[in-house]
Amino acid sequence: MTKNKVRIQNAVTYGMVILFWVVIQVMDKTGHLTSLFKGLLVPLCMYAILAVSLNLTVGILGELSLGHAGFMCLGAFSGAFLTNCLETAVPGVGLRFFLALILGAAVAGVFGLLIGIPVLRLKGDYLAIVTLAFGEIIKNLINVLYVGRDANGFHFSMKDTTSLGLDEETGVILVKGAQGITGTPRAATFTIGILLLLLTLFIVLNLIHSRTGRAIMSIRDNRIAAESIGINITKYKLMAFSISAALAGMAGVLYAHSLSTLKASSDNFGYNKSILILVFVVLGGLGNMRGSIIAAMLLTALPELLRGLNDYRMLIYAIVLIVMTIFNSSPKAIELRSVVMSKLRGGAKKEVA
Amino acid sequence: MSFLSYFISGVSLGAVYAIIALGYTMVYGIARMLNFAHGDVIMVGSFVIFTVVSTFGLNPLIGIAAGVLACTLLGVTVERIAYRPLREATSLAVLITAIGVSYFLQNVALLIFGSNAHQFTSVVSLPNLVLAGGNLIISSTAIVTIISCIIIMIALTAFINRTKIGQAMLAVSEDRGAASLMGIDVNKTIAVTFAIGSALAAIAGALLCSAYPSLTPYTGSMPGIKAFTAAVFGGIGSIPGALIGGIVLGVIENLSKAYISSQLSDAIVFAVLIIVLLVRPTGILGRKINEKV
Repeated sequence: MTKNKVRIQNAVTYGMVILFWVVIQVMDKTGHLTSLFKGLLVPLCMYAILAVSLNLTVGILGELSLGHAGFMCLGAFSGAFLTNCLETAVPGVGLRFFLALILGAAVAGVFGLLIGIPVLRLKGDYLAIVTLAFGEIIKNLINVLYVGRDANGFHFSMKDTTSLGLDEETGVILVKGAQGITGTPRAATFTIGILLLLLTLFIVLNLIHSRTGRAIMSIRDNRIAAESIGINITKYKLMAFSISAALAGMAGVLYAHSLSTLKASSDNFGYNKSILILVFVVLGGLGNMRGSIIAAMLLTALPELLRGLNDYRMLIYAIVLIVMTIFNSSPKAIELRSVVMSKLRGGAKKEVA
Repeated sequence: MSFLSYFISGVSLGAVYAIIALGYTMVYGIARMLNFAHGDVIMVGSFVIFTVVSTFGLNPLIGIAAGVLACTLLGVTVERIAYRPLREATSLAVLITAIGVSYFLQNVALLIFGSNAHQFTSVVSLPNLVLAGGNLIISSTAIVTIISCIIIMIALTAFINRTKIGQAMLAVSEDRGAASLMGIDVNKTIAVTFAIGSALAAIAGALLCSAYPSLTPYTGSMPGIKAFTAAVFGGIGSIPGALIGGIVLGVIENLSKAYISSQLSDAIVFAVLIIVLLVRPTGILGRKINEKV
């Protein structure tokens, strides 16, 4: 019975994403999409993937992470780097993009594992600040990283382009410090974004409803009790954390291929981005993947839809955020809601009777 | 000599972080929440002082008084409207409203003052201190900052240990439920904490902008995060911890800017934080809480 319920719930989530895709396709064909909204489609998918993957860490594993943008940054740069490196070796853009997605996810996943080993020993707010610190360190290091290639192979530097010591004829600068990576083909489309979102959902939902997922949730609910029945805490924590990082890396690759210039600036990958993703997760509901997707899409679209209000749009966004959270989480609001709901239900029952 | 001068300006930057970190640490200790909007309160305070001093041309001391008053009111109002309804909710919910408040303050400032940087007139108009025959110059702002930080620390410690409301704050941070059973007005105590934290933020804003005079709506956010790091570094909830964390962080930041790389100074600061937390998971002066089964 419960297994069936889970299946129905999951089908609704997948169906919602597919329905969204169909609606957008129909609107596109009939010419109802503004160019502004078209530009928003890939970011919508990207934020939905980021929100679902962060929800795995925050909602399922129960650890507050503020460094999600750092993993996204790692994925974005390693993916864009690969696409540019293979420009001559692999002519097909689609194949290069595919390889970049795999590499981006792998790099972010490995870093998730490496960072997770020391970090996951900490608890609560200490864990939050350390993940924030790691995210900022990753962003800062990539910002001063220079990579070039010539006939002799790859050259790395943390200073400037001249210290790379490139061969003048064959040398190509691939990563240019604060100016980042330029010339990545803009291969990311809405359909690819939706496919990646479905893949993310498939991985996360299957994980949650497996033996592994239940082990992870038992750690969240009571670490000591979980440990006492023989669950390997470190292993499952690391597993959830690195899968979440790998998915964020994948979203980063998608992002890198929707821009012609990729910079590791604070706007792109700073802690504010991590916080933004956390906002989606919390408003969507901890542990609720469907909620994460809806919240990510609505809140990404909201400032753009409010563009007519110009300067006031971010102000309204801020107020919506405060009011929604109070309405969602305040004990008084919850009580008020349940009173209203029971009255409505009570009224309905009387009518039936 | 240049090392000494970098070191002293680092201590002065650290003193500003310490004053901001006090706001974080007190609020965290008493209300168990990360007040992400604290950095933006600094920005609001700085803008109030800027308006009073530069636009109306009044004395900087009046400016600081106005800034402190405005921030105190702001802190109490924000607490009443945005945080108090969520007192019994999960800590994540309060975190999100704090982020909302942070966006709100930044955008209000953006609407009023625009995104261009404003030149902040230093509130300190004393001559610089010249030592060792002109080889070592210590700016008067640095001296005033360090002295203010010491005075604030002493005054705050005395306030918490010697007054009734200070004792109430300690009691609430120890156990909120038991404190309210002893007749302590928990809401009032938390409101006072916010008032003190925000008033300190205004002073920190004045000192910060006197040393780094460019003022924008986003001025407060990075120092806010750094100060939060300092608070965690020293052990969140601990007042001497905030002082130690702030000074250590400021000195490391300034020295790595001078000797290693200005672009990597933030990364170095955060790396030191990570190393300290891995060795002492609750910060330098944090208390270890043992879990009971």
